[in-house]
Amino acid sequence: MIEAIAQQPILAALVALVGLGILFGGLLGFAAEKFKVEGDPIVEQLDELLPQTQCGQCGFPGCRPYAESIANGDAINKCPPGGQATINAIANLLDVPAPALDAEHGEEADAKTVAYIREDECIGCTKCIQACPVDAILGAAKLMHTVIADECTGCDLCVEPCPVDCIDMLPVEEGIKEWHWPAPAIPADLIASDRRASA
Amino acid sequence: MKTWVTPGGVHPPENKHQSVSLPIGTLPIPDKLLIPLSQHIGAPAKPTVEIGKKVLKGQIIAEANGTVSVSMHAPTSGTITAIEHRPIAHSSGMLAPCIEITSDGRDKWKKHEGIADYKHASPNTLLKAVAKAGIAGMGGAGFPSAVKLNPGRQRPIHTLIVNATECEPYITADDSAIRERAAEVIEGIGILSQILGHPGNIMIGIEDNKPEAIAALEPHVVDTGISVVSFPTKYPSGGEKQLIYILTGEEIPSGELPADIGMVCVNIGTTYAVKRAIVDGEPLISRVTTMTGDACGINRNYETLIGTSVSHMLAHSEFKDEACSRLVMGGPMMGFSLTSADVPIVKTTNCILAPSYEEIPEDNPVQPCIRCGMCAEACPVSLLPQQLFWHSQAQDHERLEAHNLFDCIECGACSYVCPSNIPLVQYYRNSKGEIKKARAEKVKSDLARQRFEFHQQRMEQAEKDKETKRAARREAAEKAQAASGAKAGAGSAADIIAAAQARAAAKKVSPEQQQAKFERSIAGAEMRVQMAEEKLAEADSSQTDEQKNILNAAVEASKQKLEQAEARLAEHIAEHGSQEQNKDKSGERVD
Repeated sequence: MIEAIAQQPILAALVALVGLGILFGGLLGFAAEKFKVEGDPIVEQLDELLPQTQCGQCGFPGCRPYAESIANGDAINKCPPGGQATINAIANLLDVPAPALDAEHGEEADAKTVAYIREDECIGCTKCIQACPVDAILGAAKLMHTVIADECTGCDLCVEPCPVDCIDMLPVEEGIKEWHWPAPAIPADLIASDRRASA
Repeated sequence: MKTWVTPGGVHPPENKHQSVSLPIGTLPIPDKLLIPLSQHIGAPAKPTVEIGKKVLKGQIIAEANGTVSVSMHAPTSGTITAIEHRPIAHSSGMLAPCIEITSDGRDKWKKHEGIADYKHASPNTLLKAVAKAGIAGMGGAGFPSAVKLNPGRQRPIHTLIVNATECEPYITADDSAIRERAAEVIEGIGILSQILGHPGNIMIGIEDNKPEAIAALEPHVVDTGISVVSFPTKYPSGGEKQLIYILTGEEIPSGELPADIGMVCVNIGTTYAVKRAIVDGEPLISRVTTMTGDACGINRNYETLIGTSVSHMLAHSEFKDEACSRLVMGGPMMGFSLTSADVPIVKTTNCILAPSYEEIPEDNPVQPCIRCGMCAEACPVSLLPQQLFWHSQAQDHERLEAHNLFDCIECGACSYVCPSNIPLVQYYRNSKGEIKKARAEKVKSDLARQRFEFHQQRMEQAEKDKETKRAARREAAEKAQAASGAKAGAGSAADIIAAAQARAAAKKVSPEQQQAKFERSIAGAEMRVQMAEEKLAEADSSQTDEQKNILNAAVEASKQKLEQAEARLAEHIAEHGSQEQNKDKSGERVD
């Protein structure tokens, strides 16, 4: 039979191609099973880019649900804590144009904030503890509560439930350790014709 | 001895001769000394004194807070007058915690003595003494020396390099210290060698523009195993990694320390401080600082107490404020401008530069990058400064890191050669800061994510637990019911129904009572009919027709009611049957 095939070049080519097709098909099928990607990797990447304040300003209960929603085609400009930097990063990842922040969901804050409980006014109702998405408030019923500043994401969610309004959002103070060199000032137009054009 | 040549580098005017014509001088003790708690890399020191406490010279006033930290000592005797935030020498111009000592002018030492037989002391004892003396690297970075000299057993040190390069223009602090104190410096190197377990190779690296210093060192290194290696002057040869390459030809991998390849590199000023600490028992309370620049009448080196204000130094150097273009702490290449002269000299301050407008004019206007490539030729670390510049402008952190921004030593050679006067180093410093900030934020956001996910999981678990509890309760209730049903038997249901019916019947009015009620109402109606008829009969003669009509109507109404009552009774009897005691009253009825 091999002889018969060898004598028919068309048949030989056909057998060879079909054989290769089966072989590589098998390989691809095996690889698809063996190296299967669990979950949607784009959601992970989006979640990495979001600021993880878990503030819910985007309308989703946390950053990951919003990441999932973006992966399903939601707008990428609903995250005020991340601001334009996050929008740009997501736009870069998804290869879409970067829109401006959607003002409907809030404005980008100038400085990072951290929740602070005026402790002598706290009545120990535990409402803020229940509201905190990252378990950054410490306390028990009828005992004073306090915020673990290092864990606080500044999401604001504890302010509203407080029945005695004793929670303030304070800007994070930047000390000498956090300081870094500012970017140099952008030079003014030096070329005479440029100056004339702009004047 | 063979030396290697680093790539790049520049040759700025040295301007070192001005400040070495006079020997190292001393300044009068200032009235107030300000000691910042953070003069080094690592955690700030913790104050151990209170306001109002009297201290003696050399007494500890703040102790090291953790391993990577150094303690602070009183530079003179006096009283602690403040522990608060004050402006310090930092490029940010921000305030930092400081201890202020008001000097009593007596400059009285506390009792102190060195380790008499240090040559036989264990490395550990010596290390402890170095730590106790509060010594931090005096070349500029301020890394705690006791930490650097203790690289651990897994990293044996075979080479000790002493950095006497002092490559930056104007600065001569190390140069003059070597000229005058060569013997003590060499003794210090001996102690370091002892601490490090006598490394086989000890070298002093020095540029060939300091022949006097080399000549001063040479007689002292005879038969000590220390070699003085001089090499051609070029900026920046004094960087740790650059000097190690020049002397040994070995490169330290990116992100690693000299100790990782078995080397330790210390500044020559540090060796002198170590000698003072071990042999004399004196902590680090003063250092040699160069006071130079054309705006000062006297250019020289001073043995300066830590905490002396820059203005105090200037006041004793015939400083002409109007002639000074800016005040720089450090050299002209890597130093930073001071916003105020009231900041103190710290352990890492090797130079105060007060240049005239001719020496360092105002910055020339910045022009666009013309891609000339001179910065790449000047870079001693073989980076691509112009690429870094573009990416820094675009804030492209990923590419900056891909171009090894963090290997930049910020020497300023690229800015120096740039024909467009672009402040390249400031771009790199800014980007480094931004990247570090982004990294810190990343760590924080990862932590927040982790905590959020844990929170979610906990809430779900709580919900699930509640659900299972509820299910368990429901099941238990069903079981209990089933158990009680089985006990009473199948007939019990019928019994319950019968009992309920009986209860309902008991509530109902019995037919006898109902009949009696009707009979009573009939009797009442009969009475009213009788009375109405009597009234009608009385009224017949005297009343008018109209009144008679009304009375007739009343009689009729009463009769009607009586008929209704009788009808109801009849209906009731038809339904239930006449009861035995019931007399038929219809016969007696009056019609």
